[in-house]
Amino acid sequence: MAIDDERIPLTDTPFEIAGRTLRSRLILGTGGFPRLDTLAEAIRATRAELVTVALRRIDAGARGSLVDVLDDCGVELLPNTAGCYTARDAVLTARLAREAFGTEWVKLEVIGDERTLLPDAPELLVAAEQLVDEGFTVLPYTNDDPILARRLEDVGCAAVMPLGSPIGSGMGIRNPYNLTLIVQAAGVPVILDAGVGTASDAALAMELGCDGVLCASAISRARDPIAMAHAIRAAVEAGRLARGAGRIPRRLHAEASTTGEGLAEFSGPEPPPA
Amino acid sequence: MIWLNGHPAEGRDGATVADLLADLGIEPTARGVAVAVDGEVVPRAEWPRHPVPEGARVEALTAMQGG
Repeated sequence: MAIDDERIPLTDTPFEIAGRTLRSRLILGTGGFPRLDTLAEAIRATRAELVTVALRRIDAGARGSLVDVLDDCGVELLPNTAGCYTARDAVLTARLAREAFGTEWVKLEVIGDERTLLPDAPELLVAAEQLVDEGFTVLPYTNDDPILARRLEDVGCAAVMPLGSPIGSGMGIRNPYNLTLIVQAAGVPVILDAGVGTASDAALAMELGCDGVLCASAISRARDPIAMAHAIRAAVEAGRLARGAGRIPRRLHAEASTTGEGLAEFSGPEPPPA
Repeated sequence: MIWLNGHPAEGRDGATVADLLADLGIEPTARGVAVAVDGEVVPRAEWPRHPVPEGARVEALTAMQGG
């Protein structure tokens, strides 16, 4: 079942964000894993090189260090600004993340309400511009809106990360048409972020031309997170290969794959009598 | 009174950021920790010498699992 990695470069190109080359097109969100050892095993199964972390108040009674576990896995951290509702809070959180983790990279989230966790577009754009000005490498979680994606790229974001559907909803890609428009117009990598429910959603994102997929809940909250980690890794690779391979056009009617030429005739007009 | 991660820190007026982190069991060399006082980042190098003013709101943060 394993894909022969040697085969992939034939159809693939290096995946770069802000000059950093990534071999894995799957970025893992660390949220929702019940145990740190499950998270570590999932990281290995996904082969992710970049994983997200959040910043929260120090809990004096907390056991086990997330940073130590992630260090042991050899992954790079992508701090997020999850939980921020204003540009001001998101900018401060990004500055704190830079101080805590020594990285300029930030997954910028500025959400509009608790029920949908959808991005607040005006606040997102303000925060993105501010953070780019301060030297951050900004990867914004954004709506599946081609115009907003373009504006985020215009202010200097290193990638755009449109949602397929709301965070944790597992509803897949609700608007593949918009996602296609974003991919076609983008001059920076497009990472599908949020909405993946299962492997086929990740494959579809790659088939539509996304450069990568960020996935958390679909793996961490699956009944068997490790099996799902393998499945989604394979799906990202499959979707990427399929995109490069060039799918056949959709047709309204059938087109036989077997030629009709030379077809035997077993019935029909009787031959003339001798 | 100083507010440390949303809780009142009694009798800690004049403490440094490093003192307050020690109250939380955090060593000054701990990795993945950042501190804001009244909405401004206090760089690690300033923790031992940054006195926290009366009434300040201190947020001491670290890495947690998330999205």
